[in-house]
Parts: sequence; C-alpha cells; structure tokens
Amino acid sequence: MNEEKEKEFEPVIVGFFCNWCTSAAADMAGTARLHYPPSIRPIRVMCSSTVDPVYLIRALQEGADATILGGCHPGDCHYINGNYKARRRVAIVKTVLKSLGFDDERILLEWISGSEGPKFARVMNEYTELIKKKGPSDFKYIDSLGGD
Amino acid sequence: MVMKRIGVFICHCGRNIAGTVDVKKVAEEIGKREDVAIATTYVFMCSEPGQKLIEDSIKKYDLDGVVVANCSPTLHERTMRNAAARAGLNPYRVEIANIREQCSWPHENEPEKATDKAIRIINATIEKLKANASLEPIEVPVIRRALVIGGGVAGIQAALDLADSGIETILVEREPSIGGNMFRLSETFPTLDCPQCILTPKMNDVANHPNIKLYTYSEIEDVSGYMGNFKVKIKKKATYVDWDKCTGCGECMKVCPAYALSEYDFGMAKRKAIYIQNEQAVPLKAVIDENKCIKLQFDKKVREGKIKPKKHVRICEKCVDVCDAQAIHFKNNEEIIEEEVGAIIVATGFEVMPAEKFPELGGHYPDVVTALQFERLLAPSGPTNGIPRRPSDGKIPKRIAFIHCVGSRDPEHGVPYCSRICCMYLIKQATLYRHAVPDGEAYAFYIDIRSNGKGYEEFYERSKEEYGVVYIRGKVGKVYKVGDKYRVQAVDTLTGRVIEMDVDMVVLATAAVASKGIKELAKKLRIPYDEWGWLKEVHLKLRPLETPVAGIFIAGTAQFIKDITDTVSEASGAAAKAMAMLSKPKLEKEPLLAKVDPEICAGCGRCKEVCPYGAIDIDPRRHVAVVNEALCEGCGACSANCPTTAIQVVNFKKPQIINMVDVLAEVF
Ligand code: FES
Repeated sequence: MNEEKEKEFEPVIVGFFCNWCTSAAADMAGTARLHYPPSIRPIRVMCSSTVDPVYLIRALQEGADATILGGCHPGDCHYINGNYKARRRVAIVKTVLKSLGFDDERILLEWISGSEGPKFARVMNEYTELIKKKGPSDFKYIDSLGGD
Repeated sequence: MVMKRIGVFICHCGRNIAGTVDVKKVAEEIGKREDVAIATTYVFMCSEPGQKLIEDSIKKYDLDGVVVANCSPTLHERTMRNAAARAGLNPYRVEIANIREQCSWPHENEPEKATDKAIRIINATIEKLKANASLEPIEVPVIRRALVIGGGVAGIQAALDLADSGIETILVEREPSIGGNMFRLSETFPTLDCPQCILTPKMNDVANHPNIKLYTYSEIEDVSGYMGNFKVKIKKKATYVDWDKCTGCGECMKVCPAYALSEYDFGMAKRKAIYIQNEQAVPLKAVIDENKCIKLQFDKKVREGKIKPKKHVRICEKCVDVCDAQAIHFKNNEEIIEEEVGAIIVATGFEVMPAEKFPELGGHYPDVVTALQFERLLAPSGPTNGIPRRPSDGKIPKRIAFIHCVGSRDPEHGVPYCSRICCMYLIKQATLYRHAVPDGEAYAFYIDIRSNGKGYEEFYERSKEEYGVVYIRGKVGKVYKVGDKYRVQAVDTLTGRVIEMDVDMVVLATAAVASKGIKELAKKLRIPYDEWGWLKEVHLKLRPLETPVAGIFIAGTAQFIKDITDTVSEASGAAAKAMAMLSKPKLEKEPLLAKVDPEICAGCGRCKEVCPYGAIDIDPRRHVAVVNEALCEGCGACSANCPTTAIQVVNFKKPQIINMVDVLAEVF
C-alpha cells in the first residue's frame, strides 16, 4: 500500500440500525459478501424511534464525521409508527444544526428494509463517498456543547 | 452493579471470521481491559465444546457478564444465553457482538481494518453489557386457538392439521368459497390428478370439522396483541343474502339478468350478479355483487340522491321471486367479528401477472391468455368443458404457442426470479391440450426447462415422446395479429435461426407474484415482505415458516412461489409450529421492556403520547407514568421522548447507548 492511500481520509460513520429492518439488511449484505467501508460502525437498536437526538449529536461530538439512522420504510415499522417519530426528530435536529451553522448532511435518515441488503451496501458506500468529499467534520472540535 | 469480571469469547466461525479478522490479536487487545477476566477464541463457539468453554469459564472465573463475538444475534443469541443460564449466569448478562455479518464478511478484503473494527465492536458491546440488569422472562398466557388466513390448499391443510390436533381454528377466506388457485386448475403435474377430485374431500372436511370456524367472503380488518394473545377483527363482507337460509340451489343465478366477468374463471367466462362461486363451492352459498346488481345499484343511486325513489315499483328482484328459501334480503349485512387467537398462519397464496402487462407478446389480444386462464379452458369443470376454445370466437385452436418465462428472470419487464412452477405447468398444459385436441399442435418456447421434482423430468420426457409437444429453445420477441392468427416471432437460440410461426392461440407463463392485498395485510400483522410482496421468513434455510413476529407463521406460496407438494408440506409444517407453541401452558415474553423510575418521573405524559400500544398510563395519585408489561413491546419510543430519562428500555438504557457511541465514534 502506498503512503498516499494510507493517509486518505476515511470518515467515521456511526450507524443506528433498527433491529427489524436495517440491521437485518446489514446482515443480509454481509451474508451476500457485499462490500462497504469498515469505517461504518453499527449500533443495533430495537426501533428507529428509540434513537434520542442526543445519540446523534453525541456521535458527532465524540469524533464521528457523520451518523446514519436506518429504519423500516414508512408504514412498515415493526412497532407500527416508530419511524415517523424518528423522521420528525431527525428533521428537528437537522434544523437546529443548520441554524447553528453546521452541515446538516452529516446526519442521514434512510429507510432500508430487511430484504434490502444490496441497498444497505449501496447507501453505506454512497454516503461514505459524500462525506469523504466533504472532509472531516468540524463538529468534533467543539466541546462546549454539553454532554449527557 | 457494574460488571467487573467479563468473559469475552471470540469465534473463528471456521474461516468465516478468522479468515479475515485476526482473532488472536482481538483476544489480546480485549484481554488488556481491566474489566475483562478472560478473552479467548475458539473455532466454533456455537458447537457443543464451544458452549462448554463458555460454561466452564463462567464457573472458573466467576464471570458476571459474557460477550460472545460471533455471528448475527438473530442466529445464536439464544444458544449463548442458554449456555450461560446452564452455568448459573443470568442469560440477560450475555451480549452478542456481531463480527461476522457486520464485520468479517463485508470487509473480507480489508483484514486489518476488519480486525480493528471487530475490536471496536466488542469494546462497544462490553460497554453496553456492563450496565445490563439480570432479568427474568415475563410469562404470558396462551389462547389455545389459531387463525389461518387464506383458504387455498395451504390454508386448508394447515387448518385441518390444527383442528385435528384439537385446536380450535378459524379459517378466513376473502372469496365466497375456499379452494384458492388449486381448485381452479385443470389437472396437476406430474400425476395428472384432478384437483377438484382431490381437494373437495378436504374442503368438505373443513366445512364439517367441529374445531374449524370458517369465514368466507371475509377479510382481516385489524390485528393487535402479541404471541399467544392476538386480537383479530374480521370483516364479513356484505352478501345481501341470508346464508343461514340459502340452500345453494342456484335458481337465482338462472334468472339474474346482470353479468360480470367470473373471477373464478379468471375472466374466461361470465357469471351473474348473484352467484355461487362454483358448483362445488364450500360453502355452497350465493352472494350478490353489489356493483353489478341492478337493484342494489338503483338503491345506491337513490341513497346518493341521484335519482328519486319509485314507490311501489320493484326494481328487478327476479332472484327473490325464485328463491324458495327466502334467503335474499338485499340488506347490507357487513359485519365485524372479533376473535382471540394464540397463533396466526398466513397462507395468502399467489397470483400471476396479467397478460396485458406484456403488449409486445400480444397480451392485449383476447386469444393471448395467461397460463392460469388457460387452466380454466382446459378444466373439465371450466367454461369450455375441458376442450379449449378461443375466447374471441369460440373456435378450437389447432396450434398453440406456449411461451415460458414471461416476465420471470427478466428484471426489466417483470421480476428477476424464476417463477418455479411455469415450466411444469406449461408441459402439463401442452400435454393436456394434445390430449383434448389430438390433431392440435403444441409448441413451447423456453429458455431452460426446470423440471426438478419427483417424477417431473419423466413427465417432461413423456410430453415429448408420447404427446409430441415440440420444444423450441428460444426467446419470443413479438406476437402480433395476422388475419385471425397470431404470428409469433422468436429466435431459436440453439441454431440462431429466426422463427416465424402462425398460431391460433398463445399461452403466456407470466411471472408469479404475491397475491393482491398482501402488503396491506402484512402491515396489519407487522410482518415484513419484499418488493414483490413475498413474505419474509426469519431464515430462508432454517426457519422458512416463521416470520420475525413471534406467533405468526407462513404457509405455502405466501412466502414464495412453489408447487402443490411443497405448499402442502409447508402448511403442515407451519401448523406443527403453531401447535408446538399453543401446546405450552404459558409463553415467555422478552423482558426487554420500558421501565419507569418513579423518583425521576414528573408525570408529564410525553411517553404516553408516543406509545404505539397504549401501554403507558399516568397514575393520577402518584403522578408518575406506569407501564403495562403485557402491552409494552419494548420499542423505546417513550424513552426518546422523555425529557428526564425517567422511562427507559431495560438493557437499552441511555447511558448504555451513549457509552457505545463513545467507543464507536472515536477516531483511530
Ligand atoms: S422497527 Fe424499524 S423503524 Fe421501527
């Protein structure tokens, strides 16, 4: 491996994947040996609705260059309508981030169902590419934003 | 409380993990942690010696928590929890770190990074585990009744098996009669049984079984509850006929002047506005099609104020005059019925894409039909009494082209998958056609012949040798009308020759897809499906009959297209699965539910607002939230909405997730 390649920016992306859809899709992508960057770091949660906006902010604060929240397609949430709640919350965090002058594209909400292994891999690859172009997040250098 | 003696067990999974991830290095790194008492690897952690290793280590090191780094928790979480329980450790003190599906496999080309990622995933899992509480499963009662949705051969078989084992079973079918697709077939491959003859005994058993409650012309309106305790609302659609009185004599159909295309014959024949689905229908009862009945249409217009009511003038009502049983009342007798069941089997079946979807293959011409339509033309019980006739002019076709793989294996025009049954039923249809019309010619255009079942290949050979069916390996590009014939254009892929052939009829083996309405039903059941509507099983190889929702099973072609043999086997399999569940006196529910800390809770009610199950109430006296454990499913929507962290899902608490985030977000 040459040095330049080694130094290439690899964005750290923390993913919150719901147990019933997006985690299942991740398993399916892996089983099919579809490749995506190892810098995607998964956390399995039961439903997208359990993801407190604090988690997303915390990830960015602690060093992630971006975060993904993956849930079931609208109408398909295992818990009836959790993903609608997640959608509302994400919209709010994004607005707040933007109004504070931060790049709101560093939070991504995606619907990936349990049978969409290929989509999982594609989204992970495409999002990594996007964040690579943007460069490292400056959010992590702000430590005045309060923790827990 | 926080665990200090954690054991970490890293699985090689043969080469599946160890071929990419340097498991030795992982164990070394993890072993450096102060809270880890032992970190070790083994070739197959799920094997008996692997589990033994965990059990022994728990005792030897007096472990208070265990992380197993292996495959997806959907596969072996239970195995590992049971192993821990055997060694006296609370099973909820075991967590799985998925380093196979979500690490070694997708990153197989980047071993170093995969190794680092595996370490990170395990570290994050340890952080979560450390604050896990010991839990006991929650016991829930079981209602010893079952619901089967869909009255085709799968639903019939499943219902009979359940009922025979003493379980009261409710069978719901949306058509007026049970029987489904199988009952409409001409004959079945490869035995050439008559489906009516072999299915009617089972249909009658369903109707007469003391343990079966049959609702036909009914649909599932709503489903709530959980395994062992489902509440189901069933809509009995309006028949406008009193079924308690109707004798099924069929006199009404003779006099009814209004027609519609027969669903039973896939549009190959007409039926009346009042009709009994077929002569062997179970139950043998008449229904009125409200969209076609002259009187009901008139009444509707009056209701809408479009026309004035005519006093003392009877609108049609011819059927009433001939109904000796006085069963026809024209009243909207739609009804919602509630039933409680412990298990549900979904057996909703399949349908085929309509011919019209393939205009380049002439699908819009009347004599270009789908294979299911042609089944009716070949069926002795069908509109042509088993001698096929052209829908356009009633002539007996003397040459037929049978086209395989229409829309199947063709992602651009249809679906990417093989519809599995088409090769065999087209072979059968060509055979039956040659039998019915001895001077007729049958040409089959195929890509590959897939005849992989007991007696299937022999059946295919017989169609060539005994019945002279001509097989042409070629893809048909176009079908168009020339005079009163249809010209089929194809390329013979074996010789490269272009073929043009004029035929009297074309049969298209259009792709099979899941039956209409399945997505809506699946949403009510909260079970997943793929983009074509096939229901998703827990594991394609090992748990094909179960959905991810405990207590809901799949039988037959609702899961994916398959032949009758497989459908019936699966139906019995799903019934057995349901029986196993219903035979337990009590079921265990995961205790991973929401819990309130009354010390912190301010009783604001924001959790109650977002709970999809109505499981939360505010205690008016203490002014704190309380969770109904029977209703809570543990989604955690409440916890994300709680301004004070008073309500949390056990073992998915906020500090646990935050600690995971901190490990995973960290840059190398
Ligand atoms: S379970 Fe997937 S979003 Fe709710």
